[in-house]
Amino acid sequence: MSKAIVPEVPTGTAEPVLRRPTDWSTQASRRRTRRRYAAERRFRVMGLAAVWLSVGFLVFLLASMLWQGVSGFTETRVALPIELRLDITPDRAAGRSGDLALAGAGLEGAVDAAATAAYGPGGAELLSDGAWLTVRDAVKADPTLLSRRFIAQIPVAADIDVAAKGEGTPDAEAQFARLSRAGVTSRGFDIDFLTHADSTDPTRVGIWGALKGSLLTMAVTLLLAFPIGTFAALYLEEYAPRNRWTDLIEVSINNLAAVPSIIFGLLGLAVFLGTFHLPRSAPLVGGLTLALMTMPVIVIAGRNAIKAVPPSIRDAALAVGASPVQVVFHHVLPLALPGIMTGTIIGMARALGETAPLLMIGMRAFIAAPPGGITDPATVLPVQIFLWSDEVSRGFIEKTSAAIIVLLVFLLAMNGLAIYLRNKFETRW
Amino acid sequence: MSIVILVLGLALVGGLAARMRAAAFRRGNLQRFSSQPGHHAWFVALWTVAPPLVFLGIWALTSPGLVTDAVLAHPLAARLPAPGFERASILAEARNLATGRSYGAFHDLARTLAPVYAAAQSRYDWIASAIALLLAFAGGAFTYTRVRADFGARTQVERVVVTLLLAASLIAILTTLGIVASLLWEAGRFFAQVPVFDFLFGTHWSPQVISDSDPGASLGAVPLFWGTFFIGAVIAMAVAIPFGLMSAIYLTQYARASTRAWIKPKLEMLAGVPTVVYGYFAALTVAPAVRQLGISLGIANASSESALAAGLVMGIMIIPFVSSMADDSLSAVPAAMRDGSLAMGATSSETIRKVLVPAALPGVVGGVLLAVSRAIWETMIVVMAASGVATLTANPFASATTVTKQIVDLLTGEAEFDSAKTLAAFALGLTLFVITLLLNIVALTVVKKYREAYE
Repeated sequence: MSKAIVPEVPTGTAEPVLRRPTDWSTQASRRRTRRRYAAERRFRVMGLAAVWLSVGFLVFLLASMLWQGVSGFTETRVALPIELRLDITPDRAAGRSGDLALAGAGLEGAVDAAATAAYGPGGAELLSDGAWLTVRDAVKADPTLLSRRFIAQIPVAADIDVAAKGEGTPDAEAQFARLSRAGVTSRGFDIDFLTHADSTDPTRVGIWGALKGSLLTMAVTLLLAFPIGTFAALYLEEYAPRNRWTDLIEVSINNLAAVPSIIFGLLGLAVFLGTFHLPRSAPLVGGLTLALMTMPVIVIAGRNAIKAVPPSIRDAALAVGASPVQVVFHHVLPLALPGIMTGTIIGMARALGETAPLLMIGMRAFIAAPPGGITDPATVLPVQIFLWSDEVSRGFIEKTSAAIIVLLVFLLAMNGLAIYLRNKFETRW
Repeated sequence: MSIVILVLGLALVGGLAARMRAAAFRRGNLQRFSSQPGHHAWFVALWTVAPPLVFLGIWALTSPGLVTDAVLAHPLAARLPAPGFERASILAEARNLATGRSYGAFHDLARTLAPVYAAAQSRYDWIASAIALLLAFAGGAFTYTRVRADFGARTQVERVVVTLLLAASLIAILTTLGIVASLLWEAGRFFAQVPVFDFLFGTHWSPQVISDSDPGASLGAVPLFWGTFFIGAVIAMAVAIPFGLMSAIYLTQYARASTRAWIKPKLEMLAGVPTVVYGYFAALTVAPAVRQLGISLGIANASSESALAAGLVMGIMIIPFVSSMADDSLSAVPAAMRDGSLAMGATSSETIRKVLVPAALPGVVGGVLLAVSRAIWETMIVVMAASGVATLTANPFASATTVTKQIVDLLTGEAEFDSAKTLAAFALGLTLFVITLLLNIVALTVVKKYREAYE
């Protein structure tokens, strides 16, 4: 036995310390163990509760949006017997010029008169502000209606519609009760919500204008951010020499990913609007601003995807005589592309939900027509949600939630696509 | 626009021609050739496109000035008033009439000048098109003559490609510079009107009424800084830290792998919901409930735009940030520490509370700092749920405002671009930028130090 591992035994006159083994069966000891186990259980339950409450918040948020929003896709209609005696020939009512001709021939007054005749004085108040537009579209679809009596299904006024969905003022509730006793009301899918743009009347609003604005903005963002982000990632991973300049590029990309989104809005305002005088509220400017915001996300995702391509692929291509550019564009890029695309879609989904920078560059105007191109004034889905949430009229609440549902459906679809791409093309080397 | 399409067409033709010519070398197969026909084609096409596009880009920036000079030289322009606002607006109207952007003009002179403007514009357009075409032909023809078997087109083309990639990565630097420059420039103009000291340490914020003699008196940003700190760093964190940390602990230490794989994406969905949706939820559902709660607690001035409502919802949004950072730091603690504690007879919760969390604390703190930085720049929740009135109060049921909310409010009014009110938004933006940057740097340094400690 070597001396090192023998513990030194105290020598001398002192009594050796006797250490009894712990007695776990005493009352105090058992109580202590019970307390410690109870604490263990409590801690565990707290953890579980934190997880479930967090997921519960998400479920509650989505459910309340769904609950409030589903009715936004429907409208209450009332059957209105109507006979148009307009001084207009069917052929003049057709086509684009027909809109003006019908308005000039007093269609709006005729519809109001029919409402008064059917529901008594104040009958026109029961109908949506755009009632005559519904009749106009019906007449344009079927010109024979000009010369005969027919029953039109007209959306009701905003407050009656809210009353029909159970949230209205007592006055509107009473009027709706009167109508439904007469058996003239019905409920149907509001196709206009998917095909129209913004309006001041909640029964006339539509999401298409904002959706088209979002699509145009996203197109600009994608066309700029995807190539620039991919190229930057390729350069940094494949060609960049290790020097101070490369470090500077890397630091600025990583910092840009953490810059507040509202700062990008200020940049867009000062540079794109202030210096270059690009048009306000245009998808072009929105897309440029969001592209600057999305690019770092794509670069970071792209670099990870490129890093994951094994060096043996590059070595093999170089060995058979490919140039560095051919190695990258013929081999590395195609293999990294699914990863880059996943990152791009996630970045685009973030850009689609972004609101604050677009408010800065003026995309919050009231726009009643879908944009025709990337320089037309437009609004986007999240900004539309923000604008509607500011409206006082009760009818806008369900429309706001309905717009949120549309936005969430797009986001879910994009994230689903990203997950699908990742699962389908993910290669483990 | 049509000139660009024409140039692109020329490039296509030049490229195809070069390709055919280069393909002949291969058929001949008599000499060694250094580049594929495709490389020659790209070389010619690039040289056909690049010079005219660069020229047109420069031209687009300079030609408006030349056109205006040409209009001013015209005899009709002698009737223009002296340089100033009126002269500029007449010229702008004439330009809009000439380019078809508007059909009516306020000034009669603008209508007279519009044809002059249109003539000058079309004259310069012709000149530009001619020069661009000439450049395209010159570039294409010069490079076409260089298509020879021993010419290294591949090297040339690849050099261009790598330069292009470099240019793409320089855009990141340009963006950073653009942000810093525009914030500094506009904030500098603001501080020329309002003393820095008044802005940073003044306690009264009411940008609606700015006195001309002392604009700093109503532009003191302390209430905004306090509101931002109170909502983002106190209330939101009071929600996010317990929920995020406990979720991370449960998911890493207790949950089965399959549960974890199922729950974690759901938690992360909380971070993927657009903030405008949270804002709407806060304003419509949470704020009235909080106000009711405040009234039932006997708080007289319970606001429907309370700091608490915005902070609570923001905290929910931040949960996944805290949770995933805590998750990473807990997983980075060496298994030996955990095993050692368990082997000594400690229960799981004792191990977690007394060994794992203290060991992971630097990482957790770094994650919380990142979450705070995310919370203080969150915009839509506070725009929709917080108040616009700046008050210095620690009562969570009272109304509070934040820096981001004020930036949006200041910039969406109808004020002109140069007013102290508009420029104040840039000063606030600069403050926000600096603070979030510092928070991020500190947080990342802490996290990095901590990772190194266990590696």
